[in-house]
Amino acid sequence: MSVQTRGRRRRWHEARILLVLIAIALVFEAIGWSVRGDSFLFNSQRLLVMVLQVSIVGLLAIGVTQVIITGGIDLSSGSIVALSAMIAASLAQTSGNARAVFPALTDLPFIVPVLAGIATGAAAGAINGALIAFTAIPPFIATLGMMVTARGLARYYTRGQPISLLSDTYTRIGEGALPVLIFVAAAIIFYIALRYTRYGKFTYAIGANPQAARVSGIDVGRHLVLVYIIAGCLSGLGGVVTSARAASGQAGMGMSYELDAIAAAVIGGTSLAGGIGRISGTVIGTIILGVMTSGFTFIGFDAYIQDIVKGVVIVLAVVADQYRQRKRRTA
Amino acid sequence: MKYLLEADLIRKEFPGVLALDGVSLRVRPGSVHAVMGENGAGKSTLMKIIAGSYQPDAGSICVRGQACSLPSPLAALNRGIAMIHQELNLMPPMTVAENIWIRREPLTRMGFVDHRALRQQTLDLFEQLRIEIDPDDEVRALTIAERQMVEIARAVSYHSDILIMDEPTSTLTEREVEHLFGIIAGLAAAGKAIVYITHRIPEVFRIADDVSVLRDGRLVGTAAVAELDSDRLIGMMVGRALDQLFPKEHVPLGDVVLSVRNLSLAHAFADVSFDVRAGEILGIAGLIGSGRTNVAETLFGLTPATSGQIAINGVVVRVDSPRTAMRHGMAFLTEDRKDTGLFLWLDVLDNMEMAALKSRFVRRGFVREAEARAECSAMAGTLRIKTPDLEERIENLSGGNQQKALVGRWLLTRPRILLLDEPTRGIDVGAKAEIHRLISQLAGAGAAVIMISSELPEILGMSDRVVVMQAGCVTGILDRADASQVSIMRLAAN
Repeated sequence: MSVQTRGRRRRWHEARILLVLIAIALVFEAIGWSVRGDSFLFNSQRLLVMVLQVSIVGLLAIGVTQVIITGGIDLSSGSIVALSAMIAASLAQTSGNARAVFPALTDLPFIVPVLAGIATGAAAGAINGALIAFTAIPPFIATLGMMVTARGLARYYTRGQPISLLSDTYTRIGEGALPVLIFVAAAIIFYIALRYTRYGKFTYAIGANPQAARVSGIDVGRHLVLVYIIAGCLSGLGGVVTSARAASGQAGMGMSYELDAIAAAVIGGTSLAGGIGRISGTVIGTIILGVMTSGFTFIGFDAYIQDIVKGVVIVLAVVADQYRQRKRRTA
Repeated sequence: MKYLLEADLIRKEFPGVLALDGVSLRVRPGSVHAVMGENGAGKSTLMKIIAGSYQPDAGSICVRGQACSLPSPLAALNRGIAMIHQELNLMPPMTVAENIWIRREPLTRMGFVDHRALRQQTLDLFEQLRIEIDPDDEVRALTIAERQMVEIARAVSYHSDILIMDEPTSTLTEREVEHLFGIIAGLAAAGKAIVYITHRIPEVFRIADDVSVLRDGRLVGTAAVAELDSDRLIGMMVGRALDQLFPKEHVPLGDVVLSVRNLSLAHAFADVSFDVRAGEILGIAGLIGSGRTNVAETLFGLTPATSGQIAINGVVVRVDSPRTAMRHGMAFLTEDRKDTGLFLWLDVLDNMEMAALKSRFVRRGFVREAEARAECSAMAGTLRIKTPDLEERIENLSGGNQQKALVGRWLLTRPRILLLDEPTRGIDVGAKAEIHRLISQLAGAGAAVIMISSELPEILGMSDRVVVMQAGCVTGILDRADASQVSIMRLAAN
């Protein structure tokens, strides 16, 4: 009954996903040497790009992991990226722009578009959460509706026109390794939140048994809204980083990111049945997606085959999850 | 042929429980045979054996004088035995006719389902049974009573002449019950045998020809209903020894802690009033569906009352959520461990600390893990919860230990009022005795305890007073001295 037992058991679970990550990386390393005569891993530039290109998906995955732990799902994160990218970008334009969206609102301090982007995500998340908690709509449908609506709003906002000429202070958010740092910071914050706070305990409890959670005095509806708002904020932040990095806002941003985010969570061991999942697993799952994308590009696979393999890996991850659960039940 | 169905000396053992110990049942053609007994007496197990769902460990079954084995429900169906389940086995999105004739649909020459013939043969069947339901209605649009009719029709469509009904009236209105009884009488008149499980004594006298009573896996006796009266039937049902129980210690009672006046919840119970004092255990007895669980759920704020008053320590309070109930010092151990109690995939520690987390183990949002662990560990020791460590998933614990962990969850909230719904259901005798001792100690320490139980010996052994409920009303409050199995049964079933 020692603290160590708990730690050991938790780490063991991540160890398996970590092994998968290492195995995939080593396969690419081996292919790299034999086909291209070049190292896959020992290239710091490649490693940075590898994480950089999944750091937005990683941000979304941190949110969607929490949603899935409550027994829900979030299909709207990719569209929220687009909507908040548009809104943030429209408030980050320089006064030199003759066709600014809001000519009166140019040259604002960079914090304004950042907060506006995050608030956009929070609002979308609040609507998701309220629909799920206070009506009988299943999370799949509520967030599917938000996915379509938010994408539509992103397009309607400027009638499909991209928003460009953003201020330097704003675009700096997307420069260099900063998106990776934002991803890592969010991962650490929510790793701690899930493991050590009341918020985390309640999140797991609701996913494991909502009725029992209610009987234990947890306000299930309010907590669900909170979880979806947090997921929305992370998607909003994803939109800010995306638009800063591209130095523009485009309605097509974040397309199908929601599926990559769900895939990262599931590969990382989050159970779609709810009650089970950890941010550390999701981070590894995100990196697995990044390694696969980089790896396929590195060995010269074309993009179509990348998608085929990615699809197979996602399904295998879920099959493994089901298998693990069955084994546990019969044990 | 004297008996349509003969089950002889049936024995069935589950791990740790002897569910049936040499039980025999003989059912005459053209008769309604009632089967009665307390919860856990073995009625459902016996019916599942007759319907082919369970295999007996010993004993034989004869249908129409022929010995036969029934390895599956389908085999039983082919022998003419059909069971109308308590949880109805219909496919809600399909039509009535499709449900009845599934797997046996009339086909056209092209091999498509012949919907006209399907409708017609359903109408013929319904006419014979005097059922008025449109065969093309979807089952999900039907009432529970109508669904039951569809199940009966389906059973008859298999030319079954032995129909087993497991408490068919428990969810029906009075008029629906009348209709059902009409159909049952018609089936009996047509020479079929109906085995009818019920808790309700008046129903036995209303429709049954014979009655068999089970108790603790044994047959107490079979008798013709015409030769019985209700007192003798109650006498057969009760009379279990009060041994192997831990009776409540005598403690002086304190002030009234919880006072309930005219508490009502629409469609569940009405005008419930009682007081509970510090140190007192108030038992609530009543059959399933009598509203006893609803009262506890309303007291705890899960289903706020539609009218009436709850006062705690003399102050009238409004309890509209479990959180307010907990703030007033209440704790609620629910009836169904798996459904509303356990977080099966979480560990013992998480399960135990969850209710007290907010009020005791959190500072600025962070869980004080060390303190929670120490408290849970101490509680697990006091309750003698057997687990390798607190990180074990709770689903790997035995039922008794799971229940103790849930008791621990509530004790950690330091409640002054304990609502216990079936606190010892489905756990072994040893764990039962320990939980009884614990409840008694809690009362001794000044808690007010309300204990709901289907087991009369438990009610009688533990309670200072007993509230008896029937059909959503309190039919009597008995002092310990006046409470007996017979006096409670009279108030609960008559």
